[in-house]
Amino acid sequence: MSVRHALLALLSAGPKYGLQLREEFEARTGEVWPLNVGQVYTTLQRLERDGLVETTSGDTGPVEHDAPGAPQKAYRITPAGSAELDQWLRVPPDLSSPPRDELVMKVLVAITVPGTDVHEVIQAHRTYLVQLMQEWTRLKEDSGGSDLAFSLVVDAELFRLDSVVRWLDAADGRLRRARADGWTPARTAQATMPALARRRRIGARQQ
Amino acid sequence: MSVLELRSISKVYGRGAAEVQALRDISLSVPAGVMIAVMGPSGSGKSSLLTIAGTLEDPTSGAVLINGQDVERMSNGAKARVRRRTIGYVFQDFNLLPGLTAAENVSLPLELDGMSARRAHLAGLKALEELGLGDRARHFPDQLSGGERQRVAIARAVVGERSLLLADEPSGALDSTNGESVMRLIHTYCKRGTAAVVVTHDAQLASWADRVVFLRDGRIVDQTMPPAGPESLLEQSS
Repeated sequence: MSVRHALLALLSAGPKYGLQLREEFEARTGEVWPLNVGQVYTTLQRLERDGLVETTSGDTGPVEHDAPGAPQKAYRITPAGSAELDQWLRVPPDLSSPPRDELVMKVLVAITVPGTDVHEVIQAHRTYLVQLMQEWTRLKEDSGGSDLAFSLVVDAELFRLDSVVRWLDAADGRLRRARADGWTPARTAQATMPALARRRRIGARQQ
Repeated sequence: MSVLELRSISKVYGRGAAEVQALRDISLSVPAGVMIAVMGPSGSGKSSLLTIAGTLEDPTSGAVLINGQDVERMSNGAKARVRRRTIGYVFQDFNLLPGLTAAENVSLPLELDGMSARRAHLAGLKALEELGLGDRARHFPDQLSGGERQRVAIARAVVGERSLLLADEPSGALDSTNGESVMRLIHTYCKRGTAAVVVTHDAQLASWADRVVFLRDGRIVDQTMPPAGPESLLEQSS
């Protein structure tokens, strides 16, 4: 997640102090993503360096100064900062290449390890994921939908975990059908890893 | 005492070469106030489990106890009374009677159970009002949205203080917002003391339950632990 742009968004409502930015960031993300003060100030320095925010000295106007011991510097978004924020909101994040998913790797490996029941492996992950989803749902229920930002974050997390459960269900079904059709792990190795098999043969010859 | 208890239930359909073992040695106990979700792919035995729990079908072996009473030892009349008074059913396709209004659909089970039409009607209206459907009481099912129809079906399932709610993919035909409110409703009834079993293949729906049981080839293969306190996720991330 871009802390940089989240801070620009908060500043677009008016100048603010660092500590105030941290509190508002956490409130607006349903307090699910904690942010440390150091991260806030480092990010603000970089934004200032890039001309996207500027510090205001003294004449901060309506800035609430409710954080005791906070540095006296408040930050204000620049026109370049507003343009950058607007641009960021509209550009889709890069989702074009598949992430290197550890769970996918585990299932792919489980297929090839002799004596491993891949369906048991899949079930262990499914149980864990559904348990996590129960905890998120409980949180959503307890909040009663009153905190909009929090509800949106919880929905996102539930849909993400749900998609992983669905993939496991699909993998489970696909493996069962493949077994019924006479598929064996050995055949996969030959069919999908010819390059690797060739390399192994070359290695054996050289020894 | 559990509202519903399944003891070593097995169910076999057909004979000889056509024999299908739908359920194998299922034991499950659902106390008052607890919602259990049964998850599994199609053909895993979910629907058989629900029809047997609902006394609509007998198991091949094993026992079904409802509020401590062994269903097998009940007369047909007693079984019918349990179905009318104790158990509420919610189906994916709502199963409302198209020729009856929302209020009539809800009060019908009470009337069938011998309640006067007037008292049944009042109880039906009250159940609809509780679900925010008071102004829809005179509407026919085809004048209601999918979400409203399912809420009417839930009102019909809980009317008359029933202690066991059985639901088969109750939000399967709804979008995610309506699906969530249906699950929220079922969960609210559970918190008031109803026991519920919801069968589904949908993890988001199942995640409303206190416990999720996974069914595969007619067997329980795993289940979730009771969920940890709601704070645990937020503690992890801070």
